Amino acid sequence: MKILTANRLTDGEAVWFANDGTWAETLRNADVASDKEAEARLQALGDAAYANNEVVDVNLIDIDLVCGEIVPSRLRERIRAAGPTNRTDLGKQALPVDQAA
Amino acid sequence: MYRYDEFDHDFVKARVAEFSDQVDRRLAGEITEDQFKPLRLMNGVYLQLHAYMLRVAVPYGTLNSRQLRMLGHIARKYDKGYGHFTTRQNIQYNWPALSDIPAILEDLASVEMHAIQTSGNCIRNVTADHFAGAAADEVADPRPYAEILRQWSSVHPEFSYLPRKFKIAVTGAERDRAAIQTHDIGLHLKKNDKGELGFAVYVGGGQGRTPMIGKKINDFLPEKDLLSYCTAILRVYNLHGRRDNKYKARIKILVHETGAEEFARQVETEFAALKDGELKLPDEDIRAIERYFAPPALTPRPEGDEAVRLARLDSRGFSEWLDQNVITHRHADYAGVTISLKGIGEAPGDASDSQMEAIADLAEKYAFDEIRVSHEQNLILPHVARADLKAVYDGLVEIELATANSNLITDIIACPGLDYCALANARSIIVAQNISKRFASLERQRDIGELKLKISGCINACGHHHVGHIGILGVEKKGAELYQVTLGGSGDENTSVGEIVGRGFGPDEITDAIETVVETYLRIRSDRSETFLDAYRRVGQAPFKEALYAGEAKAA
Repeated sequence: MKILTANRLTDGEAVWFANDGTWAETLRNADVASDKEAEARLQALGDAAYANNEVVDVNLIDIDLVCGEIVPSRLRERIRAAGPTNRTDLGKQALPVDQAA
Repeated sequence: MYRYDEFDHDFVKARVAEFSDQVDRRLAGEITEDQFKPLRLMNGVYLQLHAYMLRVAVPYGTLNSRQLRMLGHIARKYDKGYGHFTTRQNIQYNWPALSDIPAILEDLASVEMHAIQTSGNCIRNVTADHFAGAAADEVADPRPYAEILRQWSSVHPEFSYLPRKFKIAVTGAERDRAAIQTHDIGLHLKKNDKGELGFAVYVGGGQGRTPMIGKKINDFLPEKDLLSYCTAILRVYNLHGRRDNKYKARIKILVHETGAEEFARQVETEFAALKDGELKLPDEDIRAIERYFAPPALTPRPEGDEAVRLARLDSRGFSEWLDQNVITHRHADYAGVTISLKGIGEAPGDASDSQMEAIADLAEKYAFDEIRVSHEQNLILPHVARADLKAVYDGLVEIELATANSNLITDIIACPGLDYCALANARSIIVAQNISKRFASLERQRDIGELKLKISGCINACGHHHVGHIGILGVEKKGAELYQVTLGGSGDENTSVGEIVGRGFGPDEITDAIETVVETYLRIRSDRSETFLDAYRRVGQAPFKEALYAGEAKAA
């Protein structure tokens, strides 16, 4: 399974393509692609957003669903989704629970 | 220190205006990312895991209080309240918005700073001994030459698109505190038997995936020939350096593949054509730049000895700090102070906005307005009267920066690693923090003695692990972090590249492994005066290997 991630052009914020069609600041509601067709659809949306100067560094990343929650497979992407592990007061992990959960 | 003249001001101002316009056009969608990326990199703007990163140049690591205060201001206003001092004597901000970068650059320009040439395949910030102008063992201050190189290399049309990045370091003392032999060009300022100034020139040093120690290709280059000779080196490199393979594009590969002798011959040929031409440095020009770096008027402060003696009796903490973080100054009434940015369990090199401002205040009050950034990621007050040391110490205690660990095992160099960096394969900071906590006891650290531990989160080696007495390299193996340990590296006048001791260790094992290495050293050292590095050079890897892996061999 894969989700689509990028960094927002204006401020570099890590964002994920959500199932409501927006680029969300957390991956909680990311649009999950379960097959090649869905991956191609996400990639096309990413390419369009890149061409449209909304986001940069667009990537499809591997994830697992753990108890229904999206967990990126690679540590790198888990750190992107949370924030620096030595500064838990920074990044997404520092957001109030109702925003970040 | 160097002050911008009218040309410098106009040059930086024009660059800020140019890049601000480029940012505006990018944000308006008028230029694409592919077009913009090389432009932002020329201005120090990277994209990392969580956000953009801005790398600000600190030429040869020298700052005044006003500049350091501005760095604190930028951390507070545009970032998340801190900055990260790097192994190239620069500072990085981890969270700036692209839309704020023009304002940041304007603020920087107001204190004669910028982010030009902190990235890209050009000549990067020229680094120097952080105790330049203060150290007792110095022949002459290397910074005037670093400044001359800075002026020459700034937007140099011929050398702005080199095969790869290019780093120059300069030292003015026999004791190399600038790691010159691990640079593309390393310059050792010295005097010949006639008392004239010149340089031993090393070329082709570097770390990264192929560590190389620089080769000396000239034992004494007269100072007047500095730019002609460096131009000759760069020309040979620019012509023959590989552009087909990024991993073989640094000058170290060219020097290695060409052979130092043949490379030197090619440089001599170029040099012969350039020598005594327009690049020859007139003596009056060198002396004019030198005047910018004239040492502060160090008035006699003979009361220092007594003040230090009394303060020692009064405060054990001060006494320990004095022993560890204070070095001999060329003036007997003064000292050089290392402000450790390596508090126990802290991220190496990080300083908060308020700490930067407080250090600026201390420098203004007690240190002739001068601060240095060391390549070991500490800050330095190069000139402090011994009589004022206690006041400086008290000021540092207040901002929690009085850790007495300079050159000890917790004075760790670590790159940002996978917590921030898009290139990293493994985390570095947390490894440093865990080791720091394990060796928190100062008594234990002092018993271990001088030990340089350096950690990189990928093979690019920003954490200088190759030249750590103990080096740690983080890699990714089967999706997990793994840490390789190297032993016996050194980045001084006797540079050596550390050797991998054996299989790597997981994140939960690496602190124990380092402790095993250290305990082994304590067991085998001939006496307390034999440092870790000396002991390693005497006995080699065997006892360390045995201690780390013997159990496994038996089990297998």
